[in-house]
Amino acid sequence: MDPLIASEDIPYLPRGVRLEDDRVRGIRVLQAPERAMQLDAIGDAILSELDGQRSMAAIASDLATRYQAPEDQITGDIRDFLTGLIERRMVFVKSPRVNEVSA
Amino acid sequence: MKDLPAQPRDLDGNPVTPGLPMAMLAEITHRCPLACPYCSNPVELTRSQAELPAEDWARVFREAADLGVLQVHISGGEPGARRDLAQIVESASAAGLYVNLITSGIGITRQRLEELDRKGVDHVQLSLQGIRPDMADRISGHPGSWDKKMGFAGWVTEIGFPLTINAVVHRQNMERLPDMIELAETLGARRIEVATVQFHGWADLNRKALMPTREQAVFARQVVNEARIRLRGRMVIDYVPADHHAVYPKACMGGWGSTGLNVAPDGSVLPCHAAGSIGWMRFENIRDRSLSDIWHLSEAFNAFRGTDWMAEPCRSCERKNMDFGGCRCQAMAIAGDARATDPVCSKSPLHAQVIARAEEDAGADMAELIYRRMKKGG
Repeated sequence: MDPLIASEDIPYLPRGVRLEDDRVRGIRVLQAPERAMQLDAIGDAILSELDGQRSMAAIASDLATRYQAPEDQITGDIRDFLTGLIERRMVFVKSPRVNEVSA
Repeated sequence: MKDLPAQPRDLDGNPVTPGLPMAMLAEITHRCPLACPYCSNPVELTRSQAELPAEDWARVFREAADLGVLQVHISGGEPGARRDLAQIVESASAAGLYVNLITSGIGITRQRLEELDRKGVDHVQLSLQGIRPDMADRISGHPGSWDKKMGFAGWVTEIGFPLTINAVVHRQNMERLPDMIELAETLGARRIEVATVQFHGWADLNRKALMPTREQAVFARQVVNEARIRLRGRMVIDYVPADHHAVYPKACMGGWGSTGLNVAPDGSVLPCHAAGSIGWMRFENIRDRSLSDIWHLSEAFNAFRGTDWMAEPCRSCERKNMDFGGCRCQAMAIAGDARATDPVCSKSPLHAQVIARAEEDAGADMAELIYRRMKKGG
């Protein structure tokens, strides 16, 4: 499947999507319209970086430094993970060139 | 009042292990300005005097959150028919739940919708009965419904709520499915749920007018598949197919008593919204017991948990942990036995009969509808 996000794009959680603790099960979840998704540590780490300011490339670079992992590999992982969530409309993307939602 | 059993056991007395619920359907009223002939409410509707007060709903929401529920779907009837809807929403949000508002869009003004925004509605699901005034108003039995719905959809997106369009499809509107998907896109919906009428309760009374043909079921599947590719990343399409034309049954509720629960307007707690059609089943009420006790120990929730209760052909079927034998209410309605294999399954001895009846109903030259209405008086 083609990726739905480019390196310079800025991913963000739109209104109605919440990154939260599930206090009863002791897990992290992503809640969205009529969906709740359990997150593993990697998914949680990626989504916790989404601030609506930084591009995917900047986030990948930060995570690569923090986890001392190759940046190419981290970028690929983030792109795949976010593409899956963009398909489900749980992550939106804005392009830095036009100040609009493109996803 | 009878005590609950001390241990969770299925209807044969086999021990079962309840999990934790994720989602709760809160049907806060059966009152509704619409009269859709496939309404999922029971044929015996609850009157306003018997509705659970807002304070009780607040307690239910707190107990639900403590039990593991993440999302509440506030529905009806039309939830806007309750004047205290904002108070109910506020208490659900305060309990930490993700709040879905499931509405017809009729009877909620822009001012009220703005208040619901402040009180914590996270997402709005709006039902559509057709893609033009004639069909929408005829199916809903409510003249003017179309215009009101389009106005409401505009407010939803102006305020900024994420929007899901719920489109129920049947023989009389299935040809227009491509237009419904296009309309949802135009309205700025993130999701559309395309749900083929499930023939329980009111819909079952209207089988001859609503049963889709096999060709329509094939067409709808094709439309959905193509639209999913075209709209990838722009709009999600969830699809509930016509199960009378399927090979295997749907995994109803993801397994009985496994992830969801339904609180009816009078406070009774059901494993699914149609479970009241299983005549012998007793349901506990939230006015008498805690939600946790009802979830873990009530006979209704434990009756069909696990797989030990199953008879053949389910018992030895390799799909028994995938579809859980299908829908218990459909088994009750068609086989007369709630523990039977869902008769829409190709392995059911009743399957040929189900297909023959569906084909006969689909071919009926009949468009007249029996509308959902409360009985007069009371």
